[in-house]
Amino acid sequence: MLKLSCKEASRLISQSMDQKLTLAQRAALRVHLSACDACTRFGAHLQHLRAAMRKYRE
Amino acid sequence: MADLVSAINAQRGYLMRVAQLQLRDRDLAEDVVQETLLAALEGEAKFAGKSSVKTWLTGILKHKIIDVIRKRQREPAMSTLMQEAEIDDLDVFFNENDKDHWESKPAEWRNPERDLEQRQFLEMMDFCLEKLPPNTARVFLFREVMELESDEICQELKITATNLWVILYRARMLLRKCLEQNWFAGASAHG
Repeated sequence: MLKLSCKEASRLISQSMDQKLTLAQRAALRVHLSACDACTRFGAHLQHLRAAMRKYRE
Repeated sequence: MADLVSAINAQRGYLMRVAQLQLRDRDLAEDVVQETLLAALEGEAKFAGKSSVKTWLTGILKHKIIDVIRKRQREPAMSTLMQEAEIDDLDVFFNENDKDHWESKPAEWRNPERDLEQRQFLEMMDFCLEKLPPNTARVFLFREVMELESDEICQELKITATNLWVILYRARMLLRKCLEQNWFAGASAHG
């Protein structure tokens, strides 16, 4: 897979919360995240959203 | 037994919130919650105590809501579903002229774990969930509150896996932005 833009990376981050990404997708995402603070934060925010929804139900 | 009955009734407010977010119709929400409470009271022997009462009731509510959605599938309420599964309008979050970087970069959220304990934070979540487009909210709650697997949601709503991930992506993008603007931007104000 080619170099990811933030747009593509953010889509993959969301997708990874619902299904297993392919090996190529995971590798491309890892490369992108290692150099991108904004998308790393985005990923953390989505994890936080998930935790908040769990809390909502508890 | 009396304890379980009052524990069941105590969840009425929570069930109404979830049902209303998913159905966007107060009367319908009242109906499904009523049915859920009745089913729970009739089937209280089935409550094994393995999960919390809230989780158990959430499971019953899920089935009631799915029934309603099945009946309504051909009605106008569902008609925006395919619009909400369009990815193009989400491009506004990115800057085309700048290699598709973020239009506005996600900010740092300070102490998000602590916020989860605050009632006000959950109220803000409610506010942001209410602002989601109707089908987007419904799908997001199926996934995150009722913990349905992706293929179950696709099957129930008769949508493709691609439709589903776009809708969930939309939900997360909009919720994240709403929380950032309305909660985290003024984080210092919440102590």
